[in-house]
Amino acid sequence: MSDERTLDLLEAKIEELRHLDAADGIDLSKEIEKLETKLEELRVELYANLTDWERVKLARHPKRPYALDYIGAVFTDFYELHGDRIDSDDRSLVAGLARLDGRSVVVLGQQKGRSTEENKERFFGMTRPQGYRKALRAMRMAERFGFPVITLIDTPGAYPGLESEESNIGGAIAENLSAMSGLGVPIVAVVIGEGGSGGALAIGLADRVLMLENAVYTVISPESAAVILWKDKERMKEAAEALNLTAEHLHDLGLIDGVIPEPLGGAHKDFDQTAAALRDAITGQLAELAKLKPAKLLEERYERYRTVGRYRDASVSGE
Amino acid sequence: MPIFREKDYLRVDLDREPDESLWMKCKSCGELVFKRRVRENNNICPSCGEYFFLTSIERIGLLIDEGSFEDITLPIVADDPLEFSDRKTYPERVEETQRKTGLGDAILIGRGTIEGFPIVIGVMDFRFIGGSMGSVVGEQICHGIETAIEAECPFVLVSSSGGARLQEGLFSLLQMAKTAAVRARLAGAGLPFISVMTYPTSGGVQASIASLGDVIIAERGALIGFAGRRVIQNAMSQELPEDFQSDAFAFKHGAIDRVVGRDGMREELSSLLGFFVEAR
Repeated sequence: MSDERTLDLLEAKIEELRHLDAADGIDLSKEIEKLETKLEELRVELYANLTDWERVKLARHPKRPYALDYIGAVFTDFYELHGDRIDSDDRSLVAGLARLDGRSVVVLGQQKGRSTEENKERFFGMTRPQGYRKALRAMRMAERFGFPVITLIDTPGAYPGLESEESNIGGAIAENLSAMSGLGVPIVAVVIGEGGSGGALAIGLADRVLMLENAVYTVISPESAAVILWKDKERMKEAAEALNLTAEHLHDLGLIDGVIPEPLGGAHKDFDQTAAALRDAITGQLAELAKLKPAKLLEERYERYRTVGRYRDASVSGE
Repeated sequence: MPIFREKDYLRVDLDREPDESLWMKCKSCGELVFKRRVRENNNICPSCGEYFFLTSIERIGLLIDEGSFEDITLPIVADDPLEFSDRKTYPERVEETQRKTGLGDAILIGRGTIEGFPIVIGVMDFRFIGGSMGSVVGEQICHGIETAIEAECPFVLVSSSGGARLQEGLFSLLQMAKTAAVRARLAGAGLPFISVMTYPTSGGVQASIASLGDVIIAERGALIGFAGRRVIQNAMSQELPEDFQSDAFAFKHGAIDRVVGRDGMREELSSLLGFFVEAR
């Protein structure tokens, strides 16, 4: 998105004029207004018709708010819990107690780093078995005390490395799916950035699944799909289109329950607005789920997953 | 009875040589071996012992008591919810694979007995788009598990899969959740699930249903893991050990209970089943 820089420059210019306006007592309000209108027009032009690949880039935008940003804005009193009780604490996945409208909840979030330094610790949000096991123990605790679980998904995928395989990353993901399918408390999952395959689903089996408008959720990254299916790593744009990985597509396909709007240009353009929308969406879903008796909650969750999939009846075909 | 079945070369029938050429070259030892002997030897190279692929039907012939197998695979086929197209359209790819393999999709489900123990079994077939799990495979597995619950018998799944089927996008990913949820009902009914992992059991299949066995047995030579070797090397530029994701690797790191040779698998399953249920 090379044009994004132009917009940023224009925005900076307007800000400069505003300072002049305030400092020197020269009335620039007309000019400022004009530029702001222009800026808005450019923004709409640039962002209203994003291609799927551009959305992928927005979902991975370096300025995009991360899980801890939202946790700080949506919840109060976040109390982080550490460690899987087996061998370590995976910092790519944060887990903890928090309050939402004064009510205790358990929050899980995949956390990317802002700096190289931080990414050494957070592994770019790529979760290891230890992270999924930490998530699992936090969810088990939530179940014991009747706390709803909210998960914020943002990962390129589970950590692909020797250590992960040695600790049976696949088994850890499977165990989470198994436990979450029967967890006796409401679960709301929100994809806030990248929903990377099994690494995302491992905290994504939920009663309600939401996505931020510019988030993506996919069985494989467009880059890997380009290599595997097109045998050409440059064709990730096509792959992104083909995979139907945007919030809008997945909502149309009936695979997610709602799309949370973002300001034009992405969540980072107005964090407070995005966080408020996220908060409203989560509290709204939890209020609905709170009406269900535990048995009904589990029954509906089961139905949701039991019926997922599209296939055709072949018994009537002439073959 | 499902529709994709009667294809000559899929028969386990050994009285007829189904292939045109009589000889094959073992890709492991390079020896020219008589195909018929390979087949009679459970697709194991008579010269060096290398395992070749078994089709799902051959696998059933190997494991299930003769005459006891009843095919209960649902008559369903892949849809194309994303209207997916890479170098071919997805429907073309599916139809072509159906023609080549005689299968409806990458799994067969059936009832039968293993040395007298009644079971429901699902057997994946790698020839069908890498044994990948899309909506059809997910639904068939659930159908198998539900049949086992109804019949109050164990469920056995033999995996041979590269993972989720990319051409169905998120629908495929969600089959992991679907199969895990249904598998939990089998546990709720107090019935055992034996997972047999063969070459390969990876990606979304290893990270869901295949790893949820009460007991997990790997066939010797199996590849077991989540992310592929090349993916890891590209992403992490990491040196990987020679035995990475091998049966021995999975065993050493505690991901599976046992490694068993192809010839001994039937007996292995039968002795294992004996702990859980009575023979008929």
